[in-house]
Amino acid sequence: MRKPLAATVARSFAVVAASLFVAGTASAADKLKIGFITTLSGPNAAIGVDIRDAFNLALKLNGGKLGGLPVQMEIGDDQFKPEVGKQLAEKYVRLDKVDILTGIVFSNILLASVPEAFNARIPYVSPNAAPSPLAGKQCNPWFFVTSWPNDAFHEAAGKHATDKGYKSTYLIAPNYQAGKDSLAGFKRYYKGKVSEEVYTKLGQLDYSAELAQVRAARPEALYIFLPGGMGVNFIKQFVGAGLSKDIQLITPGFGSDQDVIRGVGEPMLGLFDTSHWALDLDNATNRKFVAEFEKEYKRLPAVFAAQSYDAALMIDAAVKSIKGKVEDKEALRRALKGAKFESTHGPFKLNTNQYPIQNYYLRVVGKDSQGRIVNKTIATVFKDHGDAYAHECGMK
Amino acid sequence: MSLTLILEQSLNGLQFGLMLFLLAAGLTLVFGIMDMINLAHGSLYMVGAFLAATLVQATGSFTLGVLLSIPATAVVGMLLEISVLRTLYARDHLSQVLATFALILIINEVVRMIWGSDMPLSAPAALSGPVQLLPGMPYSAYRLLIIGVGLAVAVLLYFVVAKTRIGMLVRAGASNREMALAMGVDIKKLFTLVFGFGAGLCAIAGALLAPIFAVQVGMGENILILAFVVIVIGGIGSIRGALVGSILVGMVDTMGRAFMPAILREVLTPAFASAAGPALASILIYVLMAGVLFWRPQGLFPARG
Repeated sequence: MRKPLAATVARSFAVVAASLFVAGTASAADKLKIGFITTLSGPNAAIGVDIRDAFNLALKLNGGKLGGLPVQMEIGDDQFKPEVGKQLAEKYVRLDKVDILTGIVFSNILLASVPEAFNARIPYVSPNAAPSPLAGKQCNPWFFVTSWPNDAFHEAAGKHATDKGYKSTYLIAPNYQAGKDSLAGFKRYYKGKVSEEVYTKLGQLDYSAELAQVRAARPEALYIFLPGGMGVNFIKQFVGAGLSKDIQLITPGFGSDQDVIRGVGEPMLGLFDTSHWALDLDNATNRKFVAEFEKEYKRLPAVFAAQSYDAALMIDAAVKSIKGKVEDKEALRRALKGAKFESTHGPFKLNTNQYPIQNYYLRVVGKDSQGRIVNKTIATVFKDHGDAYAHECGMK
Repeated sequence: MSLTLILEQSLNGLQFGLMLFLLAAGLTLVFGIMDMINLAHGSLYMVGAFLAATLVQATGSFTLGVLLSIPATAVVGMLLEISVLRTLYARDHLSQVLATFALILIINEVVRMIWGSDMPLSAPAALSGPVQLLPGMPYSAYRLLIIGVGLAVAVLLYFVVAKTRIGMLVRAGASNREMALAMGVDIKKLFTLVFGFGAGLCAIAGALLAPIFAVQVGMGENILILAFVVIVIGGIGSIRGALVGSILVGMVDTMGRAFMPAILREVLTPAFASAAGPALASILIYVLMAGVLFWRPQGLFPARG
């Protein structure tokens, strides 16, 4: 009796699965399905939360639609683990059959997860991670970036350190793709002496050994690429160790944005950083974004939020231009490539490798008129800056 | 490589080692006396940190919050022992590993349900700055506090284990369980007590390390591996071994991270050294463990002769 029973069960499952599949394909064109993978737990969760919230805000301001299509969001937490990110990508692409994938914070998770989207010819719109391999030889027609090439903030920081005339700079970054990209970017535009280049374990939270080495090396400036909780802990310990008096700390824009300021507070004042965006950038999109974000979530957005808001705007513009016919993947891809919209940092422009070309600014952490600790734009470091890898990319 | 640098790195290593000791002491006692592999020891460290963060918020005082978290975590530990772990003593090690691994997953999710995935806990403002230790060598006040507390607990622990009746029973249990049973020791009560004690030590480590690391779900797993390395190096069941092992691991880990890349640069190309340095530094303690296992399979200070 066992076998027939098992067979019956199996058959009924097959029937149910088939009917679900049919139902799934039939309703594809009347909505836009977005798979959203991001980091929502652990010390780096603040970044993913900003990215998710900003995307949801764009949706809400648009009446739950992007490009005229009602949006169905599938949101997953990658737990800061590449393998979990990859599993989520598989699920969204194969099971949920999403139209667009987006959301990933970290480059190592991105590199593990995006091949799934590329193989299925599904566009990935990156609101943050933009590693150098995908900008150069391995550039991919299905990969779009609304943030900035991994090196860019660091190139601007290197330029700033050169302009300031710092004779020696100590560099610290986590030992992973974006960490290496960051220091390569800094060194590309820094003319002074690199006193030491240190790679720490990704996710490391105790920096006692590294701080003692910094003290012994006596550099004029210290450049750190430590996003999220890593940066919060580092800056606190940097101040705790009494180094802040003698050494000028420089960070990339996201290394001292609202998520880090919330964690560290007053010791951040006077710190310089570089970014393509700031709270005080004066354009209509940004004014609306900052005001609505603060109204909705009762906190100020960090740069990640602006990037994610731009990702939503890009998808909106692209889907609108093809009148919601997202089932034609090739048309959707071309529409994303040609998407015209006003981003949070002005008119949005893509390079041939589908990474943005934009301005980068020098910011300083100070207090605004309401006494809040924020980043203020003080100068433009680069105008219409692309990246060092685009020429290796074969795409036109 | 100046003397102050080596001194500062030694303090860092000592600070890390002493906190590892608090974890390893409880673990080694449970392992040595009850012959029980408790993977959920790291979960108690996490529960301790979450309780401390909650109590610091509730009382508004860092000291009071941390002090209260110790008995609270000890109670959680004892309840865990009475309700679940007690039934595992008679089982083989594989069952214990499986069951306590399940406990890790369950406790992680329970903590997530109660507190969410993380909690803020900062060092008190008075201790967040540096202290001028020597001319030209300021050192983080909070880390000094950790070293002080760690040393005090180590001394206290030595006193309890070496000089008191409870300590004698614990040592008797660790060196020969059957004989201790035969001599009429109430092993059941002793086990619960030891377990609660270990949990209390976990809470101290969790609460004190929280401002340096972060109070988050899963914080116990990484440090648990290090605690196991410590007790394997020190010798299972031995408090003295745990102390020596922890400080050894703390020192080797810190010194490795600090000096390995520089040493490698002397002998290898800079590109290779900067790539291999961090990788090599992070496996150094495992190399140390392998070495100890090779020459002294019982650990440096075996509890059983």
